[in-house]
Amino acid sequence: MKTFLRLAALVKPYFWWMALVAFIGFATTGSGIGLLMTSGYIIAKAALQPPMSALHLGIAGVRFFGLARGMLRYAERLLSHDTTFRILTKLRLWFYDAIEPLAPARLMHFRSGDLLQRVVDDIQSLENIYTRVLAPPLTALFVSALMWFLLGTYSLGASLLILFFHLLAGIGVPLLAMRLSRGVSVGIMKEKTAQQLLALDLFQGIGELQIYGKLPEHLEAMRTAEETKLRLQRKNALIDGLHESLTGLLMNGAVVAILWALVPAISTPGMNGISLTIVTLAVMASFEPFLPLPASLKHLEADTHAGERLFEILDAKPETTTPAAPLPFPKEPAIRAENLSFSYPGSTAKTLDGISFAALPGEHIAIVGPSGAGKSTITALLMRFWNTPEGSLTIGGADIERFDPEELRRNMALVSQRTYLFARTIRENLLLARPEATDQELKKALTAAGLGHFSSKLDEWSGQHGMKLSGGERQRIAIARMVLQNAPVMILDEATANLDGVTEKEVTETLATLGKGKTMITITHRLKAMDQYDAIVVLDKGKIAEQGRHEELMQGKGLYRRMWELQHTTELV
Amino acid sequence: MNIDRRLFQLLQEERAPFILSVVAGSISSVMLIGQAFWLSTIIDGAFMQKKGLGELLSPIGLFALFSTLRMLFNWASHGEANRGTVAIRKKLFSRLTGTIGSLGPVYARSVQSGRLSTTLLKGVEALDAYFSSYIPQIFLALFTPLLILAAIFPGDWLSGLILLLSAPLIPLFMILIGKTASAMTEKQWKTMSRMSGYFLDVLQGLPTLKLFAESERQRDTIEEAGETFRMATMRVLKIAFLSSLTLELVGTIGTAIIAVSIGLRLMDGQLTFQHALFVLVLTPDFFLPLRQLGTKFHAGMEGVSASKEIFEILDRSPAPFRETASSGGSAAEKSAIVFTEVTCTYPGAFRPALEGISFAIPTGKTTAVIGPSGAGKSTLVNLLLRFQEPAEGSLTIDGRPIHDTPLARWHEKISWVPQHPTLFNATLRENILLARHDASPEELQGAMEQTGLSEFVASLPDGLDTMIGEQGARLSGGEAQRVALARAFIKNAPFLVLDEPTSHTDPELETALRSSMEALMQGRTTVIIAHRLETIQSADQIVVLNEGKLVRCGTHDELLAAGGFYRDAMRLQQEEAA
Repeated sequence: MKTFLRLAALVKPYFWWMALVAFIGFATTGSGIGLLMTSGYIIAKAALQPPMSALHLGIAGVRFFGLARGMLRYAERLLSHDTTFRILTKLRLWFYDAIEPLAPARLMHFRSGDLLQRVVDDIQSLENIYTRVLAPPLTALFVSALMWFLLGTYSLGASLLILFFHLLAGIGVPLLAMRLSRGVSVGIMKEKTAQQLLALDLFQGIGELQIYGKLPEHLEAMRTAEETKLRLQRKNALIDGLHESLTGLLMNGAVVAILWALVPAISTPGMNGISLTIVTLAVMASFEPFLPLPASLKHLEADTHAGERLFEILDAKPETTTPAAPLPFPKEPAIRAENLSFSYPGSTAKTLDGISFAALPGEHIAIVGPSGAGKSTITALLMRFWNTPEGSLTIGGADIERFDPEELRRNMALVSQRTYLFARTIRENLLLARPEATDQELKKALTAAGLGHFSSKLDEWSGQHGMKLSGGERQRIAIARMVLQNAPVMILDEATANLDGVTEKEVTETLATLGKGKTMITITHRLKAMDQYDAIVVLDKGKIAEQGRHEELMQGKGLYRRMWELQHTTELV
Repeated sequence: MNIDRRLFQLLQEERAPFILSVVAGSISSVMLIGQAFWLSTIIDGAFMQKKGLGELLSPIGLFALFSTLRMLFNWASHGEANRGTVAIRKKLFSRLTGTIGSLGPVYARSVQSGRLSTTLLKGVEALDAYFSSYIPQIFLALFTPLLILAAIFPGDWLSGLILLLSAPLIPLFMILIGKTASAMTEKQWKTMSRMSGYFLDVLQGLPTLKLFAESERQRDTIEEAGETFRMATMRVLKIAFLSSLTLELVGTIGTAIIAVSIGLRLMDGQLTFQHALFVLVLTPDFFLPLRQLGTKFHAGMEGVSASKEIFEILDRSPAPFRETASSGGSAAEKSAIVFTEVTCTYPGAFRPALEGISFAIPTGKTTAVIGPSGAGKSTLVNLLLRFQEPAEGSLTIDGRPIHDTPLARWHEKISWVPQHPTLFNATLRENILLARHDASPEELQGAMEQTGLSEFVASLPDGLDTMIGEQGARLSGGEAQRVALARAFIKNAPFLVLDEPTSHTDPELETALRSSMEALMQGRTTVIIAHRLETIQSADQIVVLNEGKLVRCGTHDELLAAGGFYRDAMRLQQEEAA
């Protein structure tokens, strides 16, 4: 319920739109009732064989209601879709606003695109919260009120009777259906998750399953999950059918009850055969808006779950915040770590354990070590993705937490191992780094990054829907971004790890040229051209194993020397 | 490929519930007519004949009875259609998983990630609406209106004629408007998925946006894109919804015309009130199934387009292996495996992955396979593991074709340690015991010690019972390889296929993995895709592949003497080291 209220609060700005659509929905059903009532009026009146003129009103009525119903339905569908789209945009903005301060710390769990896709699907499914969840009961309520009013003009008893049957159809039957199907939707969702994991295991591990003779067993497990899901879905379908049938029965029950009440009263004042006909037909038509109620309950359950999942992601404190009085980025950005320690939330192991190093202005340093040594955590801390609770990390002598994270990121350019390209044009992907850059500047940056031939392709699409860029080209786009950003500090986090030997060499040279006169921190596990660095920090399991220049480290018999030998003497090139 | 015919075939296999569904649906329609008849009789009695409640008891009772029966049969009709659908879905799912399983890893890896699981998990489900709603509705949309016409005609042929003439308007409009509308709807769906793709893109790239301090500005872009999308879609929907407007109007105006025309004939005394009311009550029910067919058609079509992918996979079903009866104890451990003129081509590739490969794998010895990427090393391993069939040539063991051994039997003889082993969504223990469930605790302990897993397990919160895989603890590449090695120790098969790890960052890890691998290779017929000098030098035989061809085959010294790629690579190595 709490989740639902929070969700409802999100769509509150569209309250008047929704009210309008619900009203048109009600008017649509009302026209249907009107059409049957006036039709009934025509034939009942005609049966008494009055003069022709007596039918004029009825004929005008059927024409009006006949046309109105179609038109109103059309308007309702258009408006409800329009509202839905507005709500979807609103929901996306809401989610974006909420996740933005949490990124990327909270997005860490969404390493596989599949999971993030589910978040997007959840938001998408919430767009229907109005049309499928809120509107149907509202329309039913309006129609019930209308019937109560209409029948009240004939007989109070009849109006109370219809109210009773409407209550049963609108609340009793849905409650019954909800009771019967308790846990079914959740069960289906669970089976679906289980199946998804089993399917993922199958597609990735089919080779292992075959070799170890476990394929039949695994397929059997998938089929069992499918059967459980189907059994639950069948239960759901049967309950839906029951609900529909019960609503139909209630409609006919209401007809019998109304006849029972009104037939004896037929010659009393205010009640005659014509009224009896009209009222009976109206009662029959008034049950139409109760039919979509079970679906609306199901959507409510699904939406609540989707909402819960989203709130679970968003109900977290942002990892880093902007300080009240941020310092400007220093002119002489000496980066210094003193006794710096860090562990990721939920993990007891220290990823960084009391490390100290310094990169003075204009210096180029390298941080090396086996994978898992904690190298990339240093990047994450420098980029202010996480706070630094233990030890100190300073820039120009001031603690890193005293800067505005955005200001910091503008002044410390990063090229990492995986460059994300948005599914937009090359130009838009470059403009991220400097929104006001001219085409001329973009072309210059591309040339500097060794992508001169891309100068004519600024308007081509990259990423998922566009042209595919090779790993080398992606890294070069990242370098072009770095050129545009022209920040005093450059951080290269395994920037060339995914590249083949020749490209790696070229890109490294480009970066070295760019880095002249700037502070540069290179993080790498591949020991290539190491003599260019002013200092090399060797990390192992979160601790500093050794530190020094290439020649010094090679003279020792430490980790650095062993890594270098492993890479340069035992590997077949 | 005629989709409708294939879907119909599926339907035929589960005929009974669908026949029952249609029969129950038809009975329900008959009850509908009875219900309308008794209702009109009651009102006519009270209104025209001034009968009291007591005289109307039996028609009221009959009305209630018919209503109840109608609902029961209606429920039964849905229930039966659902039963048949569930059976079809179950069968289709089972066939699909079976096919994917027998197509093996080479196929699973060739398909874009996510597409297989969408087809398997969402595609089969999308067929639900086709079988449970659309198919029965086709029959009912024909039967119910005809039945109503038959009931109306005898008493009032003019109303019957009006309905008969207006009925075809519905399918006609549906076809006329439906064609343009469905093309537009499809376009709209594409924009819609582009739109949600756009949002996903922004979320995925959020860390990048933050790096460039651009995340705030992005907000406007989301809003703008949403607005553009909304306006574009609404333009489409304005036209697409015209079809439902038309259908609605045919129904309501049809009812209005009937009401007026029977009203006029009532005045002339050509009709009784009872029959007039009977016709009026049935008129909306005459149009309803036709209109429902429209909505159900759309739901059904979604399933049809999903089924294209399903049949595409089912049609790939590989030919069953020729398993000869005399295939009893083939003895992989005793004899050499011989490749004779083996050629292997992937669909769509411009040259064979392997071409005319001939060599023998000696029993109990180590064969190292080397070559640049794309040389055909993985294909060679795939052939040995029988994940793939050679297009030409033969693989024999002990002089007999490898295919004489049933696949499962063959796999019993092989252990495989891939470069990136799969960790299943289960506990670490289950992941290791995948190799043999009845392994003793001592064997498990031994395998863990030999692969250096014991130390790692001790650091885990739940030890061997820690969940790993997609939703569990993340293991590093080195740890995953240790698990794969432990599996191989436990399986203890005579034949071993290894893919040597290539990440050369951690000297300690490398040494540890290396010694585990050596222990494993001891006394087993081993084929290893090798990257390290030491491994290559100590192999009994080295196979050098390049661009799908076997360049050389021999010992380290023989190959050095022969020159070519091997010697060049060795020389480059020496230069790097210097």
